[in-house]
Amino acid sequence: MAFIPHTPDDISRMLEAIGVRSIDDLFEEIPAGLRAGALKVPEGVGEMELGRLMSERAAGDGRPLNFIGAGAYEHHIPAPVWAIATRGEFYSAYTPYQAEASQGTLQLIYEYQSMMCALTGMEVSNASLYDGASALAEACLMAVRTNRAATSRRILMPRSVNPTYACVARAIAGNQDIAFEAVDFDRSAGRTPLESLKPYGGQDITALVVQQPNFFGCLEEVDQLTDWAHQNKILVIAVVNPISLALLKPPGHWGERIDVARGADIVCGEGQPLGVPLSAGGPYFGFMATRMQYVRQMPGRIVGRTLDADGRPGFSLTLQAREQHIRRSKATSNICTNQGLMVTAATIYLSLLGAAGLERVAAVSLQRTADLAASLSRVAGVRAAFTAPRFHEAVLLLDRPAAPVLAALARRGIFGGLDLAERYPELGHAILVCATETKLAADIDSYAGALADIMNPSRAAA
Amino acid sequence: MTDLQLREPLIFELSRPGRQASTQFPPPAFGSAEIPAHLRRAAPPALPAVSELQAVRHFTRLSQMNFSIDTHFYPLGSCTMKYNPKACNAFAMLPEFLGRHPLGPEPQGFLACMYELQEMLQEITGMQAVSLTPMAGAQGEFAGVAMIRAYHRSRNDGGRNEIIVPQAAHGTNPATAAMCGCSVKEIPCDENGDVDIDSLKAAVGPATAGIMLTNPSTLGVFERKITEVARIVHEAGGLLYYDGANLNAILGKVRPGDMGFDVIHMNLHKTFSTPHGGGGPGSGAVGVGARLLPFLPIPMVGKDGARFRWLTERDLPHSIGRLSGFMGNAGVNLRAYIYMRLLGREGMVRVAEFATLNANYLMKRLEAAGFEAAYPSRRASHEFIITLKRENRLYQITAMDVAKRLLDYGFHAPTTYFPLLVPECLLIEPTETEAKEDLDRFCDALIAIRREMEQEPEKLSSAPHTMPVRRLDDVRAAKQLDLAWKPAA
Repeated sequence: MAFIPHTPDDISRMLEAIGVRSIDDLFEEIPAGLRAGALKVPEGVGEMELGRLMSERAAGDGRPLNFIGAGAYEHHIPAPVWAIATRGEFYSAYTPYQAEASQGTLQLIYEYQSMMCALTGMEVSNASLYDGASALAEACLMAVRTNRAATSRRILMPRSVNPTYACVARAIAGNQDIAFEAVDFDRSAGRTPLESLKPYGGQDITALVVQQPNFFGCLEEVDQLTDWAHQNKILVIAVVNPISLALLKPPGHWGERIDVARGADIVCGEGQPLGVPLSAGGPYFGFMATRMQYVRQMPGRIVGRTLDADGRPGFSLTLQAREQHIRRSKATSNICTNQGLMVTAATIYLSLLGAAGLERVAAVSLQRTADLAASLSRVAGVRAAFTAPRFHEAVLLLDRPAAPVLAALARRGIFGGLDLAERYPELGHAILVCATETKLAADIDSYAGALADIMNPSRAAA
Repeated sequence: MTDLQLREPLIFELSRPGRQASTQFPPPAFGSAEIPAHLRRAAPPALPAVSELQAVRHFTRLSQMNFSIDTHFYPLGSCTMKYNPKACNAFAMLPEFLGRHPLGPEPQGFLACMYELQEMLQEITGMQAVSLTPMAGAQGEFAGVAMIRAYHRSRNDGGRNEIIVPQAAHGTNPATAAMCGCSVKEIPCDENGDVDIDSLKAAVGPATAGIMLTNPSTLGVFERKITEVARIVHEAGGLLYYDGANLNAILGKVRPGDMGFDVIHMNLHKTFSTPHGGGGPGSGAVGVGARLLPFLPIPMVGKDGARFRWLTERDLPHSIGRLSGFMGNAGVNLRAYIYMRLLGREGMVRVAEFATLNANYLMKRLEAAGFEAAYPSRRASHEFIITLKRENRLYQITAMDVAKRLLDYGFHAPTTYFPLLVPECLLIEPTETEAKEDLDRFCDALIAIRREMEQEPEKLSSAPHTMPVRRLDDVRAAKQLDLAWKPAA
């Protein structure tokens, strides 16, 4: 019997101890009329047989050369990361409720929180949320609880923020009557200009969301945006890529004015680039960090360092009075567990890379994307869309609909980018492309060659 | 258990400037791409600088400071800590699955697995359709209540904003209702653990959006009046939400759809054995009956002829929307699919049978040894509650003391102080994958601890004695917040 250790002898002795004749008798309290008939699901198979099926299905999906980013990024994952994360002691443990028997997980989360504080320049981090998009939704709910100066529940959501994140924030936070106001971007620069915020000056607004780099890969003028928000008593929610923070000013330091608070108030984002595979969209993890003064409004688990009965340091879950199992309907969120295993991977990843390695990854990704955008822009009918400086993504404009071009590339084993036609029809035939450190010069050449071939077949033939 | 008496410095304390795991660095790229000075970071982040071996040894040693299913019996009630088959991880980590970008062309092999998973979950729950998008049980709950709200609004009945939950409900139920903008009405259970029908009748009305129920309940017993509960709530115009926390108890025996539930979430990390990972990632797939079909969260997997594809806003314009940046916890769902295929039809029915056999056996043995079951007249489901209120009176011993002492005996503690309405309780869920001799050893440990209560109670009140740390000062943790390591100034 699959994964069930009971021998016939065990079963009869156990039934005897209980005082029933059969296992079926144990279900006597379920009303007879409700009992299920035979399930219409396939019969069980052995590991060998299923292994073959799974390998066939995986092989069919292939291993394309990928230039899509848009919130999920392909980076090198060091071998130790998953070799250790899949150790049974991490993989098959649960939330560290029994702190004394979970010091490994707890210390690791404390180290993770410390690393996220270092990267973001913030004072406190939680133990993770589900993913970047839902972390933004939680950040919006947290901002409403935190910003007592505002009563409107209005949040400014620039259109340069990942549009799926905006959808998720609406789906989750919208149930609590939070209104999101779209703020337009500069069509030539590809970032959010201060002028598009000016109409909201002096109004009752809860928060401004700033994504850095933004969805187009462009760098926002984060100091200006942060100062403007704080002058208007608006909280700043930063959405950041953790790898980019090796090069970019951390959100805890955004802003230049000395008469208002420095730094973003809530920082969140997608943790996937830190050692988590693309895996068709998940599991990833969301991160969140904030100022110490707001820690009691932060959702999710938090680990603290304390002392044991002998006065020696140890770790435990803390500030649990914020959480659903204590506060029930008054909790900061209904979130219960987080994405512990992904955090394990990320903490190992950050330890192996360190500041020097992470900076190298970020710098190489920056250069590769510049090379990619330059190479592809040399193909007739392709040009860069925006002038703002960027990190590791770029929007390119084609002279024809992108979908058939991307489909032709996919037939050659190249995922050439994300078609923006549905998300940003006003941009025309736009695609979003990405190159990380995993893309070598030869990969970029293959893409550029294939694109030239597809877009200008006669020229390529000549 | 002296092997657990490890101490391990913080990784930051192992760090030395200039040390690197440079094999993991990409070669430098040559070019002129640069970040403008005013957007650049001024000083590098304070991350550790360690060698590859130091990192490997550090995290391996940390892992050894954990109890886990692979190393210990872990009868944590309401969490279903069963064996996580290694094949589920191995096949889900095939390089083609891991390398797949979520926004590329639709991967037919992966989607075939997801489509079949939807179909299997639909069949075993008796629902009309399933969405795999929610990323955890709590998000599945959120999706369920949001769908109930959307349903009432679509009928211009938007005033229905009260969610009824039994007092014994898990804390996520009321927290979820509040997140969906609903108010919460709690109703009591009777002395046998069933919902108090008179209180339910008094609670329902024109403001009732629905009721959230776990069955078997968090009291570890099957809700026998479920058909009557369903009738009362439906007649009042409300819908029934099934919290799938305890689905392991009834797999293949009774289907939530047949009990009258309109919506269900499943914890794939419990019933379908995906790893708990030290607290996630989970997966909280939702299933619905006919009334809620239009509102399911996206994306889902559909099939056009032989081709699988994502169903999006276009296919489901009334959907409550997207709950994740991409496709939910896709890799977790893949592990659940592999588990279900390994078990198959008979294997799934055996899950409920042997989980129930193990729980009832353990309960009878503990009762025979003098422990008090909270609901002695009832059959245990897949779990049961022991109350230590008598021991507490006689020896001033708490459930927490017993939990901590069990660690010294090499067992993870059961869930303590939940459900809140049973004093000094242990909620014990052995699961179907434990052998009789492991249950017996656990029982023997509790009997030995009981003897210690009489003879050496200080052994309990000061437990644990063999873990890497002694009992921790939680008050200090919350008052003198130390939430991150900081480099010396």
